[in-house]
Order: sequence, then structure tokens, then C-alpha cells
Amino acid sequence: MTTIVFVTLFCISVLGYVLNRQAATKLRADGTRLHSVPGYHGLYSLLSTLVPVAVLIVLWLIFQGPLIDRFTMSGLPAGSLGELDAGGRQLVLAEIKSISRGRIFGDPEAWKVDAADRYAWMHAISRWMLLGIVIVASLGIVGFARSRVAANFRARHGVEHITSGLMLFCSTIAIFTTLGIIAALLFESIRFFERVPITEFFFGLNWEPQIPLREDQIAAEGAFGWIPVFLGTLVITVVALFLAVPVGLLSAIYLNEFAPSRLRAVAKPVLEILAGVPTVVYGFFAILVVAPAIRSFGASLGIPVSPNTALAAGSVMGIMLIPFISSFTDDALSAVPKSLRDGALALGATRAETVLNVLFPAAIPGIVGGILLAISRAIGETMIVVMAAGLIASLTINPLDSVTTVTVQIVTLLIGDTSFDNPKTLAAFALGMMLFIVTLIINVFALRIVRKYREAYD
Amino acid sequence: MMNDMRKIERDTAVSDIKIHARDVQVFYGDTHAIKDVSVDILDKTVTAFIGPSGCGKSTFLRCLNRMNDTIDIARVKGDIQIDGNDIYHPSIDPVQLRAKVGMVFQKPNPFPKSIYDNIAYGPRIHGLAKTKAELDEIVERSLRRGAIWDEVKDRLHEPGTGLSGGQQQRLCIARAVATEPEVLLMDEPCSALDPIATAQVEDLIDELRRNYSVVIVTHSMQQAARVSQNTAFFHLGNLVEYRETGQIFTNPEDPRTESYITGRIG
Repeated sequence: MTTIVFVTLFCISVLGYVLNRQAATKLRADGTRLHSVPGYHGLYSLLSTLVPVAVLIVLWLIFQGPLIDRFTMSGLPAGSLGELDAGGRQLVLAEIKSISRGRIFGDPEAWKVDAADRYAWMHAISRWMLLGIVIVASLGIVGFARSRVAANFRARHGVEHITSGLMLFCSTIAIFTTLGIIAALLFESIRFFERVPITEFFFGLNWEPQIPLREDQIAAEGAFGWIPVFLGTLVITVVALFLAVPVGLLSAIYLNEFAPSRLRAVAKPVLEILAGVPTVVYGFFAILVVAPAIRSFGASLGIPVSPNTALAAGSVMGIMLIPFISSFTDDALSAVPKSLRDGALALGATRAETVLNVLFPAAIPGIVGGILLAISRAIGETMIVVMAAGLIASLTINPLDSVTTVTVQIVTLLIGDTSFDNPKTLAAFALGMMLFIVTLIINVFALRIVRKYREAYD
Repeated sequence: MMNDMRKIERDTAVSDIKIHARDVQVFYGDTHAIKDVSVDILDKTVTAFIGPSGCGKSTFLRCLNRMNDTIDIARVKGDIQIDGNDIYHPSIDPVQLRAKVGMVFQKPNPFPKSIYDNIAYGPRIHGLAKTKAELDEIVERSLRRGAIWDEVKDRLHEPGTGLSGGQQQRLCIARAVATEPEVLLMDEPCSALDPIATAQVEDLIDELRRNYSVVIVTHSMQQAARVSQNTAFFHLGNLVEYRETGQIFTNPEDPRTESYITGRIG
């Protein structure tokens, strides 16, 4: 049915296009000088029909469900809901809906079957109403647009307004989504902090997110100090950067400045393939290859190495970040004006001297921006650490120990049976909030540095 | 008429040949950019290369310090000698050569470093100064030669990119002379400058003639007439005419030269 509505709208819009275009063409054929070419008159009709009515349809589809639900529930015979709470009412509604779809379990009461009939009937009415309204509205707009076709009507500007409005709408979607995410995180975090003191969360050195199952269970009192978890994230991030920054930088410098063009043509795409490897595959690599290698190497040196080391997870994450850093560095080096390179070479600098003394300092803001973005990716990276890092939060900076990260904890807290009224589950949102804030700060810094750099050379 | 625009009387009595080029060919991929160019450039004179855009004058200039080596697809054939030494001989290190043959570019290109470090960069990489005091001295001498010392002596440690366009170009000239070159190549050094800065740079070029052999590529025939003693006219990769500047502008031998200086081609 929805498809029919959209197809109808589309057909009427196209009709409007044809009508307006023909009218304008006829005007022009009569010798009038038009402000806008006939195609714009057609487009004006098409867009001014399509856009508002499509928005109307979407809004209708969003609101019809909840409204019909409400009508269904309020139309139930008095007393049939009895003393049911919100959850019970939800169940009744769900049963009515499934009856209306023909899935009947057991022997429902008569009033439920009635309600289900009414539910189906309202849906049908709503659909037909939608179709009617769409036809009337779009024909009305088409007629209105047709009546405006005239020599001095500025259809071109009208089209301009509608398209710019459309662009504005699309660009606000991302902003509103971000605001929505922040709000969702914030509300759940506030609920968490109602149960766990803020000071414990920020300054606590223990992370044992568990809750007593029975009132008298003593040993299972949880501890929610985020410091060990965040420290684990930091350790893994630092390990990742220790690998990714030098390798990424030097490979980018080599590819940009020294590599013969044939090698560059092969190496760049290969590096980009590295960026396309799914992180879960990196996770396999970490647990199957890197972690055992590190452990046996440590054993041969007589150093105790735990099975899930921060080193393994961090170094694989570093490999993941190499293409990220190297492509940023490559862009930054390429953005340095060629005249600087020529200037240094003409002074008798070798290529390496040119890169290190002149190009690199000029490109450094761009490179730093790239590294900061890589850091925020490392902090937010989940899959590799879920697979390769540990679960126990220990307060250590030894990369050969097992550590856990903020993202791993969020995942484990939300996996399985969760109820949203205990601190164990809500802690995930508080951690997510902190992760969001930290990466936001880093990204703001990174963008500021990158922007400053862009102003340096025009 | 053109003669009157010249700054000082010509002095071509000095006739030591500094650069000796014979049958130079340059190819960019399949394009034959320079065809059979032979030219003798004198010491302690300013030699101007003029000609319409794309005629190969900059390409030829870049042969003289082997900057064409930095372009993958460029190939240079023929014989170019500076002071009798073949600069394309395998025993010649292009990096050392470029210290001896300085170059100034069309657009001022100071490094994103301080004024002091801009000048000190060349001497540092070539090890010209043993002590900090010596380096200071080189920097001051170079900035004086670049006729910019008085303007920047109080702010040597500010970034070179903060100077005006004309100051930046003189800074680049000072940077080029800091490595004690013998030849100074200038690729349209005034084309990005306003008339006042151009006049300052032209005065400077005339000064530099005392110590260096200067080769300047220019689009402006007035500039060639003002600053140079000898002028070479390039057209479509050929060296058409190479003579004393006064003669080439008042009494050109080749019809193509005449067409160019009277504004019919180019």
C-alpha cells in the first residue's frame, strides 16, 4: 500500500512536470520571452509537489502506528484491563496485534478479537485516507504550480530555493542524530550516577561490575571505578601508536618521495586494502598469530607473558591504523607546495634532507591531525580488543599483562540478559559517555590543527 | 630607445666563459623540449633568456643545475660544462653541483622556518660553518648581499613566511647566495612581485653581477633590457639568437627575434 502511495505521488509529480513544461513551451512558442526556460517550470512543479507531499507521507507513517495503538487501547471495553501495569498493557496490545495478523494462540477473549478487528480496520482506513490525501494534495499543488506559469514567473529561483532547502534538511540530519545519541547516553548515564556516586566512578581504582543476586549475598558488592578500564584503553592505544606512527609515517614518506612510480602504483592500493580489512579479521590475526607468537617469544626469554596481552591487541590495532596514518601523511606531504621541495633541492639538499628538514616540518600540522584522529579511532576500536584483550580490569601499565578496555567492558555489560534498572547495565552508558567525551575532545583538537594547517598554504 | 632603460653602461670586456653548453637536447617523455642549444655564458655578467611561453627557456635553465633530474620523465643530452667540467659526468654529484649553482624561483618559496634558519639551511647541510659565530657571519653577509639585512636584522628569528612578497624573494636570493655559489639561476624572479619590489630585486641583480654569473629567465623584455648584458632569444625549443643585449633589442638579426620584440609573436 505504501508503495502505491509513493508511486501515485511520483506519477502526479511527473504529470505536473509535463504540464508546466508544455505550458511554458507554448508561451515561448507564442513569442513571449520567459524568465526561466520551460524545463525549470517543469522542475518547479515536480519538486514543489514531490518534496512536501513525501514529507507528509513519512510523517503520516511515523505517527499512524502509535496513534492507532492508543485508539485501540482506549477503545477497549471498560474494566477489561483491570489492574494491569504498563508492562501488562503492552502484552495485551501485542496480543491484539498478533491476532489481527491472524496468529492466534490458544483461545483469546472475545473483546481481544473485537479489538483486533478494530485495529485492522483502523489501519485500512488510515491507508486509504493517506492515499486520498496524497492524491488531493499533490493534484492541488500541481494545479497551483500550473497556474503560476507565466513569462515573468521566476521558476528558476523557485527550484533553487527548494533544492537548497533539501540540502539544508540533509545536512541537519547528521547534527540531530548526534544530538539524539548524546541525549540517549546522557539520560542513561544520569540514571547510573543516581545509583553509583560520581566520585566512585571517576576516582575508583576497582572495576568489578557485578550486583548481588540476592539481598543477603555479601561478597558480590560491585565496584565501579573507571580508572583501571580507561588505563587499559590507554595502554593498548599507546602500544598501537608506537607501532603505527613510525611505520605509517615512514611508509608514507617513502611512497610520496622516494618510491619509483611503478612501486607506488602497487603499494598504495595494497596499503588501502589494509584499511578495508574488517576489524573482526584483525581480531583473528591477533588471537591466532600475534598473541601465541608473543607468548612463545616471552617464554623463550623467560619472561612471564599472559595469554591475552595488551601488546598483542595493541600491535594488531597498530597494524590497522597504519593505512590511516600513512594516508593522512601522504595527503599532508602532497599538500606542501612543490616550490618548497624545489627550493630545498636547488640549495643542494638531498631528497632525504629535503623531506626531513623542509617538507616534514611544513606538513607536521596535517600529520598531527591525522595521528589524533587515529588515537580517537584506537580508543573507540572494539572488535580487536573484544577478541584479543582480556576481561579483567587490572591497574597496570605493563603491556605484557592482560588488560581490558572501555569498549570491551561496554560490550560485556550489554551482552546477555540485561535489565535497565541496575547499575551493572547502566555502567555501560556511563563508560560510553566518557568514551564519547574523550574522543570528542581529541577530534576537536585534531580538526583545529588540521584547519590551522590548511590556512598556511593557499 | 631600449638602451636608455639600462641601469649602467655595459661592460662586456670581461669575457671568461663560465658555462659552456653544446648541442643540448631535453626530452620530456616524447616531447622534444630543447633542440640543439649551444651557448656560452660569461662570468660576472647577467645573461637573460627571453622568449614566448613554452619556448624552453626555463627548461634550459634547469639543465644548468640539473634540476631536471628531479623530474622522472626528463632526459638531457649534450654537453654542459661549468669552468670546463662536464656537469653531467657520472663523477659529478648533483647535490654538490646545486650548491655551486644557486637558483631562485618564480614564486618566493621561503621555508616555514625562521629567517635565520632559512639562510642557514644551505650552509648547515654543506658544512660551510664550523662555529655558531661563523654561521652568524654567513647569515649576515648573505642577507646583506640579498639587500634585505636592514629590514630583517631585528627579527631574524621570526618566520620567513611572514615577510612581504618582495622581501621573501630577496630572502630567497640571500638563501641562494649563502652556499657561496658561482652561478645564480633566476627563473622569472619578479613575475610574482609588484613594481616597487621588482625594482628592488632588479637593483639587487645588478649588484650580484659583481660576484656571480647570473642567468635570468624573464617574460619582460624591458626587464631583460634593464638588467642584462647578454640576451638569448628562445623560440619553440631553439636558441634563435644570442647576442649583446643592446644589439638584440635595437638590431635583431633573425626575423623571429624582431617579430617577438616588436610584439608580433609571443
